[in-house]
Amino acid sequence: MYLIALKMLIGDKLKYIGLIVALSFASFIITQQGAIFLGIMKRTFSFITDTSQPNIWVMDKRVQFVDDIKGMKQTALYRVRSIDDVEWAVPMYKGLIPARLRNGVFQSCVFVGIDDATLIGGPPILLEGTLDKLHFPDAVFVNKVGADTKLASKEGDITIPLRVGDVMELNDRRAYVAGICDTSRTFQSQPVIYTTYNNATTYAPLVRDVLSFVLVKSRSGVDPEALCEKITRDTGYAAYTTWQFQKLTMMYYAKNTGIVVNFGVAIILGFIIGMAISGQTFFNFIIDNLPYFGTFKAMGVSNTVLVKMVVLQALMVSAIGWGIGVGAAAIFGWSLSGTELSFSLAWWLYVLSSFSLLFICFVGALFSVMKVVRVDPAIVFKS
Amino acid sequence: METTVLCKNLKLTYGTGPTAVEALRGIDLEVKKGELLMLMGPSGSGKTTLVSVIAGILTQTEGECLISNLDLNHMPDKEKTLYRGTHIGFVFQKYNLIPMLTTAENISVPLLILGQDRKVALEKAKKLLFEVGIPEKADVSPVELSGGQQQRVAIARALIHDPDIIVCDEPTSALDHESGMKVMDLLRSVIDKTGKTLIVVSHDPRIQQFAHRIVKMEDGKIVR
Repeated sequence: MYLIALKMLIGDKLKYIGLIVALSFASFIITQQGAIFLGIMKRTFSFITDTSQPNIWVMDKRVQFVDDIKGMKQTALYRVRSIDDVEWAVPMYKGLIPARLRNGVFQSCVFVGIDDATLIGGPPILLEGTLDKLHFPDAVFVNKVGADTKLASKEGDITIPLRVGDVMELNDRRAYVAGICDTSRTFQSQPVIYTTYNNATTYAPLVRDVLSFVLVKSRSGVDPEALCEKITRDTGYAAYTTWQFQKLTMMYYAKNTGIVVNFGVAIILGFIIGMAISGQTFFNFIIDNLPYFGTFKAMGVSNTVLVKMVVLQALMVSAIGWGIGVGAAAIFGWSLSGTELSFSLAWWLYVLSSFSLLFICFVGALFSVMKVVRVDPAIVFKS
Repeated sequence: METTVLCKNLKLTYGTGPTAVEALRGIDLEVKKGELLMLMGPSGSGKTTLVSVIAGILTQTEGECLISNLDLNHMPDKEKTLYRGTHIGFVFQKYNLIPMLTTAENISVPLLILGQDRKVALEKAKKLLFEVGIPEKADVSPVELSGGQQQRVAIARALIHDPDIIVCDEPTSALDHESGMKVMDLLRSVIDKTGKTLIVVSHDPRIQQFAHRIVKMEDGKIVR
């Protein structure tokens, strides 16, 4: 009987295609909007992700997210280093600095100063040059996206990217481009410029405390979360594991910007539209087939079997609609990879969209099942 | 001869209060095994209601209806459904064939309901298609068949699970005269061959000749 249920479903081609299209659309919107939302949220903490060597970040207690810099005293570094279970601790400067372009325009850049001795905290991928070149006077590394776009100069219609060997002006001081690196795109899409910590302090605007973060690696076998608590207890500074700091940053943006609401609305709309269209189409499909269900009932099919037939039909269209939707979302993300679009298709988005579609199918089936269960078998004798 | 259907003082009322409609008003009826009984009468006379009660689809308000000595009125719904699936065959006025299935698949449905293997059911369906005279139509959709052919498929479907009683509701009303005669001829030959009980509801006087017995109904009562 279940095979018959599937044949009834597929046999009504117009409604079957309508159902699949509606469910695919819902699945696509939920997955695609979710992936874009996740991609954007990941961008908020991309700097933390790119700085992969430390597993603990120490900072001022008032810091709310990665770009919210509150300087610490230089002694913070030594206090952290003195704590047991700290394998190593290095300083990092992070701030915004104006870069003056050849045409005189100023462009705000993320400016990062990494430990002079170890160069820990440097860019994740080097495209041109080696990191030790940062030891040259006024040497900086610029991220490729920044060098190709916002820091590029324009001569007429021609865009000339910043190249190794070029000289630029950072906060009214000369800087020499010693290398090009690749970094993840940041939330605000500003160019990222790396130099050494000591160099950075000379470029940075004059402030009393320039130490932004202390990057820490815990000793092997030590629980990083426990070490964070110990650092906070002993120094009074905030200490977070990489994931905790990513979460703190993400939650800041989630709470203080309209991102969650905007994307939430899009996802909910996709869900509601998908549910309305597919639920209605599925219900109509069942209503159209009610005489056949009545015939089955008259011929001895129990309500339990009829319900299972309807549920199977609903599950079948949901599974196909979900597959097409997530497939289309994946193709969408793949085709736009390397562009400005932020897109991160995490495994749990597949789960989310599948549960959403199951819910849609459950609601559609529920109303239909009630009709089928209540159908009077005497319908078969009505001409 | 063995009694297959025995109805005593059968009453059925639709609805309650001032809008209630008495569809059956004390029916006494006995149908023997192997008999082709034709229920005739004008629209609204209660013919279809009576066969619905006999087939276990509707439950009478009063009286008794024994089918092969079983009182369906006292059966739980689940058992009644199972009983219908096992002992009753249906032929409907509008055929009620599923257009998304082939004719052979349509015929095999009663066997699938009883849990039989699909392959076996389809083979039996094809044999029955041969017996009803359209073996070449096994793999086509019912919508590609003429009315007469569709009714033949419906007859094959009613026979496939070897029921005790076959209930036909206006089997010829949607057919032209020639097709109607052929369908009735087929039904009669099935009865003569198998000894099953056949109850036909009709108001088509042209098919009276096929009946062993004709019962006329009016206003929910048997008048002759």
